Amino acid sequence: MGIFETLSFAAPELVLVLGAMTLLITGVFIGDKSAKQIGYACVGLLLVAVFAVLFSPTAPTASLFNGAFRIDAFSTFAKVIIYLAAAVAILMSDQYFAGEKLRRFEYPVLIVLAAFGMSLMVSATDLISLYMGIETQSLALYILAAFKRDSRRSTEAGLKYFVLGALSTCLLLYGASLIYGFTGSTSFEEIARIASLEGANVGLIFGLVFLISGLAFKVSAAPFHMWTPDVYEGAPTPVAAFFSAAPKLAGMALFARVLVSSFHGALDDWQPVLAMIAVASMAIGAFSAIPQSNIKRLMAYSSIGHMGYALIGLSAGTAQGVKSVLIYMTIYVAMTIGAFACILMMRRRGGMTENIADLSGLTKTNMPLAIILTVLLFSLAGVPPTAGFFGKWYVFFAAVDAGLVWLAIVGVFASAVSAYYYLRIVWFMWFDEPAEPFERDAGPALKFAAWGSALLMFPVLTVFMGRLTEFAGRAAAALF
Amino acid sequence: MIESFAAQPWLTLLTFAPLIGALFIVASRMMAKKNDDGVIDGPDLEQVERNARIIALAFTVGAFLISLGVFALYDRSLAGFQLVEETAWLGGGISYKLGVDGISILFVLLTTFIMPICILASWDSIKSRVADYMIAFLVLETLMIGVFVSLDLFLFYVFFEGSLIPMFLIIGVWGSKGTKEFAGFTLPSRVYAALKFFLYTLIGSLFLLVAMAWMYAQAGTTDIVALQQFDFPAGAQKWLWFAFFASFAVKMPMWPFHTWLPDAHVQAPTAGSIVLAAILLKMGGYGFLRFSLPMFPLASADFAPFIYALSIIAIIYTSLVALAQEDMKKLIAYSSVAHMGFVTMGIFTATKQGIEGGLFQMLSHGFISGALFLCVGVVYKRMHTREIAAYGGLVHRMPLYAFLFLFFTLANVGLPGTSGFIGEILTLVGAFKVNSWIAFFATFGVILSASYALRLYREVMYGELVKPALMSIPDVDRRELLSLGALMAFALYLGINPSPALDVFSPSVDLLMENYDAALAAGALR
Repeated sequence: MGIFETLSFAAPELVLVLGAMTLLITGVFIGDKSAKQIGYACVGLLLVAVFAVLFSPTAPTASLFNGAFRIDAFSTFAKVIIYLAAAVAILMSDQYFAGEKLRRFEYPVLIVLAAFGMSLMVSATDLISLYMGIETQSLALYILAAFKRDSRRSTEAGLKYFVLGALSTCLLLYGASLIYGFTGSTSFEEIARIASLEGANVGLIFGLVFLISGLAFKVSAAPFHMWTPDVYEGAPTPVAAFFSAAPKLAGMALFARVLVSSFHGALDDWQPVLAMIAVASMAIGAFSAIPQSNIKRLMAYSSIGHMGYALIGLSAGTAQGVKSVLIYMTIYVAMTIGAFACILMMRRRGGMTENIADLSGLTKTNMPLAIILTVLLFSLAGVPPTAGFFGKWYVFFAAVDAGLVWLAIVGVFASAVSAYYYLRIVWFMWFDEPAEPFERDAGPALKFAAWGSALLMFPVLTVFMGRLTEFAGRAAAALF
Repeated sequence: MIESFAAQPWLTLLTFAPLIGALFIVASRMMAKKNDDGVIDGPDLEQVERNARIIALAFTVGAFLISLGVFALYDRSLAGFQLVEETAWLGGGISYKLGVDGISILFVLLTTFIMPICILASWDSIKSRVADYMIAFLVLETLMIGVFVSLDLFLFYVFFEGSLIPMFLIIGVWGSKGTKEFAGFTLPSRVYAALKFFLYTLIGSLFLLVAMAWMYAQAGTTDIVALQQFDFPAGAQKWLWFAFFASFAVKMPMWPFHTWLPDAHVQAPTAGSIVLAAILLKMGGYGFLRFSLPMFPLASADFAPFIYALSIIAIIYTSLVALAQEDMKKLIAYSSVAHMGFVTMGIFTATKQGIEGGLFQMLSHGFISGALFLCVGVVYKRMHTREIAAYGGLVHRMPLYAFLFLFFTLANVGLPGTSGFIGEILTLVGAFKVNSWIAFFATFGVILSASYALRLYREVMYGELVKPALMSIPDVDRRELLSLGALMAFALYLGINPSPALDVFSPSVDLLMENYDAALAAGALR
């Protein structure tokens, strides 16, 4: 394959990285007054990348750069969602940063770079490219967490994230080096061949466990979740919105590819590990969220719990399981973006509020926002007929289908417990006396994101859901 | 001509007609003028509320008319599902499939008949957030009809669980006042009741979700007809049966899973209580008949004694609890649990009389308990209290009300000539066929129901009218008379001539029993 042909396959990534660099240089020359335009340009870049992914002139699968980078239905699926989530995250941020007098051109560029990193992650088929992808993403995210640099909470969040992230990267690298030592290769394909040939080699399993720990940190699954609530609370809200959406999907997709395509032979070894991580995440997500009074912390615990549900699907280790993870994560990304759009609309004259109690009586003061948030909360709780229920159904079905009935039952209990704290917010909004109303001039981007995700929770039942399962099924099949 | 007419998607139209009404109310809200804070108030609000009431009434009556049309198209001599519609939905054996048979058609009619009464009952007793209230009821109606017409287990689950959301909001927003101490902190008791209702039912039905996933993994489809023919292994049937039992026993509710019901009933607004008693509880019994008995016949036969035991405890124990109640709604709620005990007992006798009796009892309880809650609502609207001790001697001021209340009290007791009698006697006959001791104990329920129901009537209606607050209480008005009269007509008609309902049940029940007996015989051979 010639160099140009190879590069043409990687067009979406090239668009992102070259565009980001160009915009960065432009921004340096023009300064922060160009922030808004650069933001739109970045959204444009991401949309171009979506088109490049969808309409790539190539065969559906291709392996590039000596088998380090793979394009298939799986990566296509994940990239489309990641780019779209990143674009919405940029659009949603503008009003917040304008209000905080923090409009800087680096923000959208960093998000594009993070999206580039994620794109490497979901395409990685080699331990080296896996590491490169994770680090590209993480470095961008560390800066974003500390983006409000005059705020102690934000810098604290960034530092905490960075230190813990570095630790998890160490674990991951240590695991990768063990795997390399015991197989003599960094390529997933080669590792898979050796793993299935020699069976469960202790050293290999050891390496795999470290690798799983590192990845679990990236998707904030328990017991590697400690950073999540602090970072969500401290980071600027649009950043938290971005954190809870695209990186989670990318991490989960990487998780799926590593475990399923290179360690499928060792399913019996990693299945219990993953199942325990899933159980711990669901339990922590369900119980620790109950006493929270800050809605961003609550969303952090909620996302930990949701990672637990997604990991149920992954523990199944089947094509059905991977399909359910993709469906679940897609729905989760839509829900969480919508929920954060609502949180970004919680603005009073004095600035942003983050207390759940501030939502009291919202149905009396701001019905549209209350309706959107109610729909999203019921969806997060997984109550039909909202999309969240469909996600849970596929995950539980994959577990039951793979003989993990007990795991599905644990999931069911966790979702009953977590229903309580989502309902508590609904209760504040619907049953309580109104608090001081929020300002109503939310920008069009926020309104669009909030309404869009709330509506996605419904037409999902007919048109969108059938498509989604079809694409997710095709994507999952690409790993087997 | 008739065939092409019957081939139209009537059930889809029926199911979603109320939802369209809800969208109309949303539209009228959105078009209304808003003040600077973005809130509708003053005469604009009154206009919106008036529109909401009228739209809700029009669409619930419309749904009732459509359901009558569906009933006219329905051929009651056939046993299988009719008016079946099927469209691909999620793929892989999960489809959008609707249909009715003899077991479900009358519940559809019951639902559409009760809903206009609910709207009328809330006409002027609901004063705050009328538009939201009407939207919640219309959405609830769509979900309830959906439960009874779904022919796909997955679709059924969506409707079944979805109905929690509007009911949660109805209890929590429009529930009564008062606070409750719970786990160390104080919260409004309507919120407590709403949360208890939601979480209790959610936990029950999540087991159903896991069981459904397992069945889907085995059978590769969630089509109810296919699942009824699928032969689940005897060992698995037990677990599946228990999962379904968890869901339906909570919904029904059976003792000891009934504790959410008195709370929910007491806190819900009048129309909420009517819907809860008349329709939502019936979903449990319907579920037993639609799923447990046909899909897991071996387990159903094995666990029948367990059900009898719970039913008899429910009949006797909750009747005794009802005797001790000070709150009118609580008393009727406990009596509902007792009456549902007859239903579960009848269904699991797996005799023709027992099953038909259970179905008939559910239908009749829909009219009677709905009417009783409406009766409580009549005085609650005037006096704002449900305490039995706050009343007394009402017969002097409200003769018409006293007459209606007496009729429904006696129907609740099961007086011959009312529909309550037919249901009870049929379930008892079914129980006698299986084991006369069961019937013996269950018969105590009839005696006990007379004692608590007549006590309620005596304390509220008779005696001297001494309480000053009651001196000027007006009798039932035209709207209340219309609702109660319609309910009374049905309870009386079906009590004197039950065959129109029994004839509808009969072919489907025969088919159910035929398959059930065949499955048991095949299971015995194995």
